[in-house]
Amino acid sequence: MPWTRDQIAARAARELRDGFYVNLGIGIPTLVSNFVPEGMDVTLQSENGMLGVGPFPFENQVDPDIINAGKQAVTEAKDTSYFSSADSFAMIRGGHIDLSILGAMEVSETGDLANWMIPGKMVKGMGGAMDLVAGVKRVIVVMEHVSKDGASKLLDTCSLPLTGQRVVDMAITELGLFAIDKKGNGGVTLLELAEGVTVEEVKAKTRAKLTIGAAVKVA
Amino acid sequence: MATDMANKVYKDAKSALDGLLREGMTIMAGGFGLCGIPENLIVALRDSGVGNLTCISNNAGVDDAGLGLLLVTRQIKRMISSYVGENKTFSQQFLAGELEIEFNPQGTLAERIRAGGAGIPAFFTRTGVGTKVAEGKEVREFDGDKFVMETGLVAEVALVKAWRGDAAGNLVYRKSARNFNPMMATAGKITVAEVEELVPVGSLDPDHIHTPGIYVKRIIEGPSYEKRIEQRTVRKA
Repeated sequence: MPWTRDQIAARAARELRDGFYVNLGIGIPTLVSNFVPEGMDVTLQSENGMLGVGPFPFENQVDPDIINAGKQAVTEAKDTSYFSSADSFAMIRGGHIDLSILGAMEVSETGDLANWMIPGKMVKGMGGAMDLVAGVKRVIVVMEHVSKDGASKLLDTCSLPLTGQRVVDMAITELGLFAIDKKGNGGVTLLELAEGVTVEEVKAKTRAKLTIGAAVKVA
Repeated sequence: MATDMANKVYKDAKSALDGLLREGMTIMAGGFGLCGIPENLIVALRDSGVGNLTCISNNAGVDDAGLGLLLVTRQIKRMISSYVGENKTFSQQFLAGELEIEFNPQGTLAERIRAGGAGIPAFFTRTGVGTKVAEGKEVREFDGDKFVMETGLVAEVALVKAWRGDAAGNLVYRKSARNFNPMMATAGKITVAEVEELVPVGSLDPDHIHTPGIYVKRIIEGPSYEKRIEQRTVRKA
């Protein structure tokens, strides 16, 4: 069985480390916060201007002045701080955030990311995605391996307009976990295979220079 | 000067905008989504009927709130924003070619406004290098990495919202409603602030003031605030 959205999020959560400051995108990335290991201290940043984001509020805790970057009502953590959006992106651009987990439409073998526009369709805007991938120390993409029409989203070259060039370190899909060589000549290395998924299936659904990691069991 | 300070206080949003508005002008409006938006000033701006506006704001509100109100009345010609996904009127007018949009990465937008207010005409950022955003802009290398030049942004009028303020124009924001408001307060040739509570001068702790009064030319206490939440994500008890 390929990984479910929750299993993808749970796998991404294993990349968290104690003391990390992390920015999570909307969708599967948001689910990662449900899988922070017990006892691990991870601080979530929200790019509108909040460090230390707590869970969704109970009805009697809802405060319209406490929202995350998805415009969702949230709560404070015990160590929350607020700041302007300029300060927030100074934090992001300045390399102070340890990890960004976000979704993607396409990822290339050199770590290029496309996740903000499809030519010919209404463009909603890139929001903070370009700043995050340009500034955060490590970028992990969580996404479905193929698009709705069956095309691979893990490619040799992105066809869609880019969000960032050579920015993605790792991609996690329902088929497995892939390291991306964003610094060198490019290449995607399969490091972990979801249970029940074969290397052949990964090969068939990937349109990038693919290496099978030594530790991956070849079924 | 007590009398000078008193001159900053206006009785309502309409009078606070009196004499400041003209066709085709550039206006900044604070807020992130519907959080921390100058609700009362936006309504007064709509009621003024002034059109052909360029609006600099992170988002475009929703169909019936925030800057969405000015889209419905077709008063906005051009927007500089980072994300407008919450507004159907926006999509319709954009696809019909009635509305121009310049998308800026959110951090670049925030920094452009900060720079504009600080008298910095341009800066270099890593954000957007190798993307459409960098097209036609100067790209320069520093220590082996590429950076794109972005220019500072100012506006003829900036509309901001704070939690508390005083007659000197000092402002204190509340929680994540701060967002774009502090930078915009510095980047308006004329900044008009609205606050939930106008408090006596001297009652705000000087160490806790976010926007010093020098930036604020006019201030009102809003009569009411809807403070709508776009995504009311609530946990079950």
